[in-house]
Amino acid sequence: MTAPMLDRTPGVAGVAGVAEAPATATGTAHAAAAAADPMLPRPFRVTARHLDTRDTVTLALDPLDGVPLAFAAGQFTMLHAFGVGEVPISISGDPRSCGPLLHTIRDVGSVTHALVGATPGTAIGVRGPFGTGWEVGAGQGGDVVVIAGGIGLAPLRPALLELAHDRAAYGRVVLLYGARSPEDILFAGDLARWAAHHRITVEVTVDYGPPDWTGRVGLVTDLVPRAGFDPAHALALVCGPEVMMRAVATALVARGVAPERVRLSMERNMKCGVGLCGHCQLRELFLCLDGPVLGFDRLAPLMDVREL
Amino acid sequence: MAGPAILAPSGLQALLDVLRARGYRVLGPQVRDGAIVLAELADAAALPVGVGDAQAPGRYRLRDGEPDRVFGFATTAQSPKAVLFPPDELLWRGRRTADGFSIEPVAPADEPDHRPVAVLGVRGCDVAAIGIHDRVLLGRAHVDAHYAARREEAFLVAVTCSAPGGTCFCASVGTGPRPRAGSDLVLTELTEPHRFLVEATTAAGEAVLAELPTAPATADDLAAADALVEAATAQMGRSLRTDDLHELLPASAESPRWAAIAERCLACTNCTAVCPTCFCTGVEDASDLTGDLDERHRVWDSCFSLPYSYIHGGAVRTWTASRYRQWLTHKLASWQDQFGTSGCVGCGRCITWCPAGIDLTAEVATIRELAEAHDAVAAASDGDVLGGHR
Repeated sequence: MTAPMLDRTPGVAGVAGVAEAPATATGTAHAAAAAADPMLPRPFRVTARHLDTRDTVTLALDPLDGVPLAFAAGQFTMLHAFGVGEVPISISGDPRSCGPLLHTIRDVGSVTHALVGATPGTAIGVRGPFGTGWEVGAGQGGDVVVIAGGIGLAPLRPALLELAHDRAAYGRVVLLYGARSPEDILFAGDLARWAAHHRITVEVTVDYGPPDWTGRVGLVTDLVPRAGFDPAHALALVCGPEVMMRAVATALVARGVAPERVRLSMERNMKCGVGLCGHCQLRELFLCLDGPVLGFDRLAPLMDVREL
Repeated sequence: MAGPAILAPSGLQALLDVLRARGYRVLGPQVRDGAIVLAELADAAALPVGVGDAQAPGRYRLRDGEPDRVFGFATTAQSPKAVLFPPDELLWRGRRTADGFSIEPVAPADEPDHRPVAVLGVRGCDVAAIGIHDRVLLGRAHVDAHYAARREEAFLVAVTCSAPGGTCFCASVGTGPRPRAGSDLVLTELTEPHRFLVEATTAAGEAVLAELPTAPATADDLAAADALVEAATAQMGRSLRTDDLHELLPASAESPRWAAIAERCLACTNCTAVCPTCFCTGVEDASDLTGDLDERHRVWDSCFSLPYSYIHGGAVRTWTASRYRQWLTHKLASWQDQFGTSGCVGCGRCITWCPAGIDLTAEVATIRELAEAHDAVAAASDGDVLGGHR
């Protein structure tokens, strides 16, 4: 598998190549500052821009004030393109690192278009981090199955990095990843590294494969029944389009994974990130506070109702 | 705390003067553009003496009220929400700099007129609504700093409602017509002779009351206030049964009623704009032509708008039925999970200001009837099965 590195920016050797330094206590200082006013963006500078695929870019950001942003795997920030607007984006970097803050962004609207086009040196506003994390550690001692659809692999990357780092603490680790086409496969270098060096079983499937594609074609959901993990002692982490997550979670539960051990990262419109603007509500849940990561035991009845 | 007191009608001017002398920007009900609205008030003569309102589904008109009565209307057209939680609030100003940009926070104290606000004539429903906003915006993980600044300094003069309108149902949801806790002073307008019963409910209210020309209230005054409350309760135009809503509405997510409502609902967002507890907001970033200045405004938003639920690929709630269901279920049921209280205070504004006259009290009753009929059919078919076995 070859990483589609079309526009490699000096200083970033692919996402996995970004320097990852150990965390320090400065995160606490920032937590206090953020608590003061979570509505004010902090200026960060783009230090590197890596074109992951034709429409997806990973930005490495350094805080102008020098205080790194501590986060848990699965959390998101509100990224602000000056004069354009703000969107919620999951963090795709290593939670153990106090190096550059990484976000992997797909160009789908006016704000993400501005963010994807941000070149090194550009200042970007950051609020957060917000929301719940994957709590990967809850899977220790058992198998972990990570299931991603499309850009959904980006919020799962911090969890996969944690799993790779503490690999001995887990049983089998499986990544099932569905992309639109081979060209859309994200983090190819990571996938190869995780498979080769971290005993992570990586299974990739695409919706559409050109004639030279020798891999799988089909839905990621179809990989669930055959994947090698023990459902009775498994933790599942799922991120992708909602229809895919619902199908995958249903398949996991059908295989015997406890619904509360199936964790999904939900997406909704978000304007504030702190439970005040109302946009992200799913029945009684504020997905920015109670989520984005929630157990399928909470979500299943809510996902069953159309347009809830 | 001093006991209830009696204030002569002329004492209303004294109340305004005391509040203004204490530095408040005083707002009170006044007739503007064919409606009774809250506006800055220096002269008690500007109060809507002898003016009433007639409210019905999709209908609001001023009418002649009881002569001389100052507060002879049901509710102000808009609630005090717009005062404490403005429809458009500047959160910060950003400026491009040599090395990026800087963000300068903006607070209510930065406004040209940043006097604390005193509101005269707050109805029980609206006092309760402010209490709900306190829970939503102040009582959770993240405090809304702008609301906190306005609310902390605000002084509320509640007035017992003597003239509930055709769309009112505060009595059935327990917020009126006598205002519950949450204001600083409570006035009750009594007649024969025309006078105001004044009760202080906070230390700030006590201090203001001490400066007013009052006499101690008598048992007759208190009895007259009780009689007024009783009469007002009896003329409440509507009622809402609330005890089963927490279960009924989520269980009715697939009710056919939502589609029937959506045939009338225009998704115009009037109801959320006039609702005193609706708190949803969006943000708008506005830059100047140079692109060097950027302002972030927080503006009222509505779950009835299509963009409200937009994510990449399209809105989550594309049908009007889904949006009405979200609003009503949130207001009456999810709100209880989130904030420990219903989100409805019975002011009736969403009924009055709905251009299609959709009445949530009637819709809830219909949803309940449909659910009960559905349950009855299910129970009957269960019975048949059992009967067959016997």
